[in-house]
Amino acid sequence: MRSQIKEKKNNSGTETNRTLRYLVSFVVIILLLAILFFWNIGVGSVEMSFFDFLGVLTKHQPDSTLYQIVWKIRLPRIIAAVLLGGALSVSGFLLQSFFQNPIAGPYVLGISSGAKLVVALTMIFLLEKGIMVSSLGMVVAAFAGSLLAMGFVLLISFRVSNMSLLVVCGILIGYICSAITDFCVTFADDSNIVNLHNWSMGSFSGMSWEHIRIMVIIVGITVVITFGLAKPISAYQMGESYARNMGVNVKVLRIALILLSSLLSACVTAFAGPISFVGIAVPHLIKLATHTAKPIILIPGCFLGGAVITLFCDGIARTVFAPTEISISSVTAVFLVPVVIAAMLRKQQM
Amino acid sequence: MKEENGKQHNGQNMLKESGQFPAQDIPNDAEQLTMRDLTVGYDRIPLIKNINLGVRPGEILTLIGPNGSGKSTILKTITKQLKTIGGSVFLGKESMRELTDSEISRHLSMVMTERIHTELLSGRDVVATGRYPYTGRLGILSQQDWKKVDEAIALVHAGEVQQQDFRRISDGQRQRLMLARAICQDTQVLILDEPTSYLDMGFKLDILTTIRMLARKKNLAVIMSLHELDLAQKISDTIACVKGDRIDRVGAPEEIFSGNYVQQLYGVKPQQFEPQTGQVFMERPEGIPEVFVIGGGGTGLAVYNRLQRQNIPFAAGILQENDVEYAAASALAACVFSEKAFFPVSEETFLRAKQMLDDCDACICALTEFGPYNEKNRQLYEYAKKLGKVCAEI
Repeated sequence: MRSQIKEKKNNSGTETNRTLRYLVSFVVIILLLAILFFWNIGVGSVEMSFFDFLGVLTKHQPDSTLYQIVWKIRLPRIIAAVLLGGALSVSGFLLQSFFQNPIAGPYVLGISSGAKLVVALTMIFLLEKGIMVSSLGMVVAAFAGSLLAMGFVLLISFRVSNMSLLVVCGILIGYICSAITDFCVTFADDSNIVNLHNWSMGSFSGMSWEHIRIMVIIVGITVVITFGLAKPISAYQMGESYARNMGVNVKVLRIALILLSSLLSACVTAFAGPISFVGIAVPHLIKLATHTAKPIILIPGCFLGGAVITLFCDGIARTVFAPTEISISSVTAVFLVPVVIAAMLRKQQM
Repeated sequence: MKEENGKQHNGQNMLKESGQFPAQDIPNDAEQLTMRDLTVGYDRIPLIKNINLGVRPGEILTLIGPNGSGKSTILKTITKQLKTIGGSVFLGKESMRELTDSEISRHLSMVMTERIHTELLSGRDVVATGRYPYTGRLGILSQQDWKKVDEAIALVHAGEVQQQDFRRISDGQRQRLMLARAICQDTQVLILDEPTSYLDMGFKLDILTTIRMLARKKNLAVIMSLHELDLAQKISDTIACVKGDRIDRVGAPEEIFSGNYVQQLYGVKPQQFEPQTGQVFMERPEGIPEVFVIGGGGTGLAVYNRLQRQNIPFAAGILQENDVEYAAASALAACVFSEKAFFPVSEETFLRAKQMLDDCDACICALTEFGPYNEKNRQLYEYAKKLGKVCAEI
């Protein structure tokens, strides 16, 4: 009897510890996000102190340089990095859940590159006819490209059960898509294509408030729906047959996972180009911090964590070799590839 | 409608011929799960046809049959992992076809053979997933749910490992936890696909004892598949034998485990399995006996096994037919000299044994002393000694 009581105490103890761990992790992530926000506002070709920023916020001076820099350049860029970084990470988490594979992500599976290809083709085709592509149109094109690449990956996944092989195939699909994109970009002779080239390397520069509005709507709705699916996803983590026994409609859930993850990564690719390794690495970092794989914690965790990582990397990308900006993917690769390798090694041990 | 009735009558006649439960139009009142003319298989190709089985609360129905016979296919169809090809499954009085997935999840729980791959889940977390059908939109467990989880863990005695990472828990303890998971799903029917695979003897007994206890205490209707015939015989209320494209035989364990039926089912020689005790034997060395073994009371078993391993044909005797080693001797010896239980050894049997001893090259006597009721074996031993054929080892 005494041991039972002790056990009970232990159980409730671990529950409290867990809740505490979640709480601390989230507080730390949010703090980091706040710090990075002010850092990103402050650094750049024009340095800005915290009080300068406060001044910009409180006083309405549309003509001052600082005001222009904050409202036209830095703030949209920061918000884009936060939203898109979060979207990428959630997309990575969904793909990892879907394939039950810790090294899945929108970039390594070629989904980002598929989106890039279709966006590039659409832009070149329409620009030649003199039509400017709206940002919503870009998202639609990217979504189509994502689904196309996803379709290929799925076809392969029916044939190969080995997950590493699937990832290799995804990377190869990515190479093909990138090659075709480069080919088209090189031979298209419009001045707008120069922008296209920058975009295809991945960058958060040149974000407008119009872009942000569309991002908020798409990313917001998609992430909320994903969070609503936390329960069936947690059942799906136990394997298909148990999920079905728990009353989950596995078929519908699988389709939902594919559509949601594709839409999220399509949105990112449409606005910022392909960004590598955020989607694959952030879920691991959050698991490490919170010590859980439960979707109800991981979905918001990944969103915030992805925002932090992306904001950090974007800050580095535009300051380290200022005034020259390096591509965001170079920075994310340096910081996140070690995480991915560590995750793979851990998987081996299991 | 009329046509359908006609069909069912047809089915009924066929089933009677094959010795199965008679099909009825409505499932039996008492049965918790009923299979009615169920046909199962993969990709619309029927594998096993016209299954008519049922299980009542508190009872265990065990499917036995050789590997690949389709035991798992039946269980996977009942748990809706596979599409039903024909017929139907009833939970209580309702056809599973008309129940939603979440309704089914509150009536039927399962433990499958496939190992689950978890990430950062403790044993207790895995058990807690059993409460899934009862939680709200976000899947958060209430105090009441956790109480059920703890009860289930206590019931399978897995308290000591519940805090460990599920990936690092041993197979035996995992199986206990998976059972606890199914228990806290609070269903009337429990489906288990080979619950004892991967487990050592201790855990096998432990898991089956727990299953038996659950069936009784919680009044669960249990359907499972088992490879361990000796255990199946002891734990089951009803046994169904899967063979070819049908359920070949259904009955109480004592009906199934008699004569040569089980041996036929598994395609082994009649003497290789002893249905009453569930013992199995290797194939006997064929040929003219080279060694005569005098044994009895279990003393000869080790010698039989040694000779079998060396593939030396041997004769054994003289045994009473109720001797513990009689089944082993019949299975392994080329020739057994025996006498009916509690009858004195006849002169004729003795003479035949003596003749065999003449033809053998050697004689091993496993007995160390001869009691007053074993006079004939003593004489046989003396005779072998006189021939100079007695040796300790081969």
